[in-house]
Amino acid sequence: MLTTIKQKACYSAALYCLTFLNKTGATLTFCKGKSKEAEIKRINKELANIRSKFKGDKALDGYSKKKYVCKLLFIFLLGHDIDFGHMEAVNLLSSNRYTEKQIGYLFISVLVNSNSELIRLINNAIKNDLASRNPTFMGLALHCIANVGSREMAEAFAGEIPKILVAGDTMDSVKQSAALCLLRLYRTSPDLVPMGDWTSRVVHLLNDQHLGVVTAATSLITTLAQKNPEEFKTSVSLAVSRLSRIVTSASTDLQDYTYYFVPAPWLSVKLLRLLQCYPPPEDPAVRGRLTECLETILNKAQEPPKSKKVQHSNAKNAVLFEAISLIIHHDSEPNLLVRACNQLGQFLQHRETNLRYLALESMCTLASSEFSHEAVKTHIETVINALKTERDVSVRQRAVDLLYAMCDRSNAQQIVAEMLNYLETADYSIREEIVLKVAILAEKYAVDYTWYVDTILNLIRIAGDYVSEEVWYRVIQIVINRDDVQGYAAKTVFEALQAPACHENLVKVGGYILGEFGNLIAGDPRSSPLIQFNLLHSKFHLCSVPTRALLLSTYIKFVNLFPEIKTTIQDVLRSDSQLKNADVELQQRAVEYLRLSTIASTDILATVLEEMPPFPERESSILAKLKKKKGPGTVTDLEEIKKERSSDMNGSAEPASVNASAVSTPSPSADLLGLGAAPLTNSAPPPSSSGSLLVDVFSDSASAVAPLAPGSDDNFASPDLASSEVVSEEPADTVHDADELFHKFVCKNNGVLFENQLLQIGLKSEFRQNLGRMFIFYGNKTSTQFLNFTPTVICSDDLQPSLNLQTKPVDPTVDGGAQVQQVVNIECVSDFMEAPILNIQFRYGGTFQNLSVKLPITLNKFFQPTEMSSQDFFQRWKQLSNPKQEVQNIFKAKHPMDAEITKAKIIGFGSALLEEVDPNPANFVGAGIIHTKTTQIGCLLRLEPNLQAQMYRLTLRTSKEAVSQRLCELLSEQF
Amino acid sequence: MIHFILLFSRQGKLRLQKWYTTLPDKEKKKIVREIVQIILARHQKTSSFVDWKDLKLVYKRYASLYFCCAIEDQDNELLTLEVVHRYVELLDRYFGNVCELDIIFNFEKAYFILDEFIIGGEVQDTSKRSAVKAIEDSDMLQETVEEYMNKPAF
Repeated sequence: MLTTIKQKACYSAALYCLTFLNKTGATLTFCKGKSKEAEIKRINKELANIRSKFKGDKALDGYSKKKYVCKLLFIFLLGHDIDFGHMEAVNLLSSNRYTEKQIGYLFISVLVNSNSELIRLINNAIKNDLASRNPTFMGLALHCIANVGSREMAEAFAGEIPKILVAGDTMDSVKQSAALCLLRLYRTSPDLVPMGDWTSRVVHLLNDQHLGVVTAATSLITTLAQKNPEEFKTSVSLAVSRLSRIVTSASTDLQDYTYYFVPAPWLSVKLLRLLQCYPPPEDPAVRGRLTECLETILNKAQEPPKSKKVQHSNAKNAVLFEAISLIIHHDSEPNLLVRACNQLGQFLQHRETNLRYLALESMCTLASSEFSHEAVKTHIETVINALKTERDVSVRQRAVDLLYAMCDRSNAQQIVAEMLNYLETADYSIREEIVLKVAILAEKYAVDYTWYVDTILNLIRIAGDYVSEEVWYRVIQIVINRDDVQGYAAKTVFEALQAPACHENLVKVGGYILGEFGNLIAGDPRSSPLIQFNLLHSKFHLCSVPTRALLLSTYIKFVNLFPEIKTTIQDVLRSDSQLKNADVELQQRAVEYLRLSTIASTDILATVLEEMPPFPERESSILAKLKKKKGPGTVTDLEEIKKERSSDMNGSAEPASVNASAVSTPSPSADLLGLGAAPLTNSAPPPSSSGSLLVDVFSDSASAVAPLAPGSDDNFASPDLASSEVVSEEPADTVHDADELFHKFVCKNNGVLFENQLLQIGLKSEFRQNLGRMFIFYGNKTSTQFLNFTPTVICSDDLQPSLNLQTKPVDPTVDGGAQVQQVVNIECVSDFMEAPILNIQFRYGGTFQNLSVKLPITLNKFFQPTEMSSQDFFQRWKQLSNPKQEVQNIFKAKHPMDAEITKAKIIGFGSALLEEVDPNPANFVGAGIIHTKTTQIGCLLRLEPNLQAQMYRLTLRTSKEAVSQRLCELLSEQF
Repeated sequence: MIHFILLFSRQGKLRLQKWYTTLPDKEKKKIVREIVQIILARHQKTSSFVDWKDLKLVYKRYASLYFCCAIEDQDNELLTLEVVHRYVELLDRYFGNVCELDIIFNFEKAYFILDEFIIGGEVQDTSKRSAVKAIEDSDMLQETVEEYMNKPAF
C-alpha cells in the first residue's frame, strides 16, 4: 500500500502526462523542464477554454458540465484561484445522474464558502435530495451540509436532520451521516439545534444493533452531553454496558469492527470519552461494571500482543490511554490510579517514541491527583533521563512538563538542578518556557532564599537571552522583601559580576541589588564601595540605554550609601558622555542626579534615596507569563494588548520602580526637587497604589455593584451601539439584569451570563474541592465578524492572592453567528469576597466594543456538602459560638416562599440539606465544608422562614468571620 | 475532533486537503505552508506528534506521502494514527495498491472515500466493508474520471 509507488509511478507517469495531463492543464509536477510561467500559461489557457465553454451559446449537456467542473476543481486543488464555475456546479446538484450530482457536491464543499450568495440555491438542491428517500442521494446531501457547516445551512436543516436521525425507517448508513452532520451543525450554531423529543431517542442509539450507527451517535452524544449533562445523564449506564460488552468480547466477535485483533477500538475510545463528561456513576452496579471494564483494559495491556503489527499495539494502547484518562478524570479509585501510573511507568521506557511521549503527557495529569502524586514521583530518574537522552524535541518538552508537574518540596532542588542542566543544551524553541518554569519552581519551593538567588543568577548566566523581564523583576522583589537574603544576594551578584562577560540581565540585577544593599558587603575590603562602583561602571558602556539608565540610578544611590565615593560618581555624571548624551533619558538622569547630589543635604539625600519599601505580596507575574505562553503561538497585536494589560495587572510596579529606582520612593520630596519629569515619564505610579487607568476602571466597576459598567467610559459598549432599535433600552436596566444574572449563578453552574444585541455569553462550570473549571461560550449574534476579540479575566489586587485563574486566549476573530469557547481553570487558594471581572473587547463593524461582566466564581462554589446527624449538628453549632463566627441577616422574601424551591437552592448553593435536624420542620438547615488550597472551613447554616411576615432569618456559623459574612451575603440574595 | 487533514508529498506538494472547521482561504494556505514546513523538517524516528498552536499534529509517512491530521488536545493521538492507516487501507482497497498518482488523478475518489469515513472531523464508520461498499456502489453508476477525461474534449 502506497509503498510500491515508485514502480507504479514510473510506468504510469509518462502515460498520464501524455493523455491526462495535457488535457487538464495539470502539467505542474511531472512535465519537467517547463518553467513556472509556462505552467501558469497552460493553466490560464485551460481556464479560458472552460470559461468560453460555459459562456458559449450551445447549452452544455450534463456530461460536459461535469467534466469542466471537475477540471476546475483539479486546477483549484493544484493551488490556483478559481472564480467561476460555481453556478454550473450548483446546476449539477439537481442532475438525476449520480456522477454529476457527486461532482457538483464535491465542488460545493471544497470551493463554496459559507457566505456565498449561492447558498440558497444549494440549500434547495439539498432539500430535494434529503426528501428523495434515496439513501445514496441523502448521504451526499448530508455530507455536503457537514462539509460546509455554515450558519445558513444550520438555519435551513437543523430542524430536519434530527427527524431523519431518529425516524424508524431511516437506513443505517443515513443515520450515521445524519448523526455526525447534526454534530457539525451543533458545533457551529448550538442555538439553532433545538433540544426536544429526539434527544432521548438519540441516547438509545447507543443500544443500536449496527456498530457503525453507535460509533457515529456516540460522538454526537458526547458533544451534546458536554453542554447539557443533565439531559443526557442516562447515556452513562448505556455507555458502560456497551463498553463492557466490547471489552469482554472475543477478538473475532465483532467481525468487521475488529481492528487488528482489537475489538472496536474507535467505539471504545468514544465511549470512554463520553464517560469523561460525567463524574463516576452513582449507581453502585454501574460503577462496579465500569471498574471491571477499566481493570480488564489494564489487564489486557499486560497480555502478550496478538499481533506484531504496529496497528495492533496502537489500537490497543489507544484504548488503554483513553481508559487511563477516564481513571484520572474520575480521580476516585486510588487502586486504579496507581495501576495506571505503573502502566505509564512501563511505557516511559518503551522503545516506541510515541508511547514514551504519551506516557509523559498522561503522567502530567496524573501528577496532580493526590492519590497518585507520590507514585508519579518514583519515576523521576526515568524522566530526567528522558530529558537528557530523547532525540525528539516534542518528547523532551513533555519531560520538562512532567518534571514541572511532579515537583514538590521534596524534590525541587533536584528537579531545578536538572532543568538548569538541560537548559545549557535545550532547544531554542523551549528555552524561554523552561526558564519560566525554573523561576517559578525555585520561588515556590525555596526553603532558603540563598538557593533561590543562586538559581536565578544561574538562569541568567546560562540563558540570559531567554530570561524575560518578569523573571528578574521577581528576584528583585523577593530580595527586597526578605531581609535575610539581602546580604547574600549582594555578595553573590558582586561575585557574578566579576566574570569578564556577563549577560546584560545580570548587570541589571546586579546594579539594582548593589544600589540597594551594596552597603551590606562594603565592609569587606575586596568589595569596598569604590570597587563595587568600578565593577559596575566597567559594564556600563557595553549596555543598552535602559540598563544604563538603571545604572545611573544605582550611582546616585551609591552617593547616599557611600559618601566617600561621591566625588568619583559626580565626575562620571559630569562627563560629556553623560551630560551630553544623545539619549534624552540618560542625559536628563545625569543632569538631575548630578544636581541632586550637589545641592541636597545629607538628610534630604537619605530620604530621597532611601531603601525601597517592600513590594506588596502578589501572585508571581512569572506565573501569569507562563500561562500566557501556553496559549496559541501566534503573537498578534492581540497578544500585545494582553501583554500590556497583564503587566498593568501584575507587573506595573516592577519596571517602574526599577527604572526610577532612585526617585520613586514614596517620599514626596522627589517632586519638590524637580525630579519628577524624566524618570516618571516611563514609570507608573508607586507600588502601593498599583493603579493604572485600566485597573481603576475595573475596580470601580467591581466596587459599584454594577457588573457591566456602561457609560462609565465612552468606549464602553452600551447596548444602543448595536442597533437603533434598542436605543430605548436603559443602560441601568442592563446593569440590573446582569447583576441579577450574576446572582442566579450562585446556586447553579450553567446558563446565560450576559446577553445584548451583539453578544451572548454562556457559562458551564464544574467544581470539585478547591478546583474548578469554567467554560465560557461567546456567541456572536450578528452576521458580521468580530475582530480583535479579546476576552480577559481580571482579578483585582485583593482577589489575586486568593484565586488562581488560568485562561487560554481565544481566536481573535469570531465569525458572524459563530460561537467560541474559552476555558478558565480555577483554583481557590483562600477564601475571598469579590468576583473576578470578565472584560471583553472587540471590534464590531467600525466600533470598538468594551464590556465587563462579573464572573460568577463565588466562594460557595468550593463547598462540599456534609451530612450529619441532628446531634452532631447542634454540637458543632455550639462550638462555633464565638460572636465573630456567626453572621445573621433578616430580610424580606423577594420570591414566593416555596419550600421545595428553597431546598433546591440550598443544595445548589453547595451545602448538604439536613432533614429532621431542626426541631421546627419549617426551618432549613445545611452543612458543608469550603475547600481552599490553604484550609478547609466548616460551615453551618440555618434559614428560618416567616410566612406571615414574608421574611427570612438566615444564620451562618463558620470558623472564619469573613467566610460567614460572604456566604450570608451570597445566600441572602437568593430568596 | 479532527480539525483538518492534509496529504502532501515529500517535496511539500499538497495532494489533498480536508477542513472540518470553516476558515478563510488565505488562512488555509498559510496553515498548509506552515505545517508542511514543520513536518518535513522533522527527523525520522521522532514521535508522530507535534504541538501546534493549541492543536496537536499527528502525522505518518506512507511511501512518498505524508498524512497529517490536526486534532484537539483531548483527542486520542494513537487512534488518530490508525484513522490515517484505515484511510490508507480504504484507498488501497479501492485503487488496489494505491500510489500517490492515484490520489492525484482520482482526487475526487479520494475525497469521496474520506467523506464516507469521516464526517465533520469525527469517524463515521470504521468498518472497511461499509465505507468501500458505498463507493463501489456509486461506481456502478458511473464511469471513472479517467475514462471521461480521456474522451476527446475539445
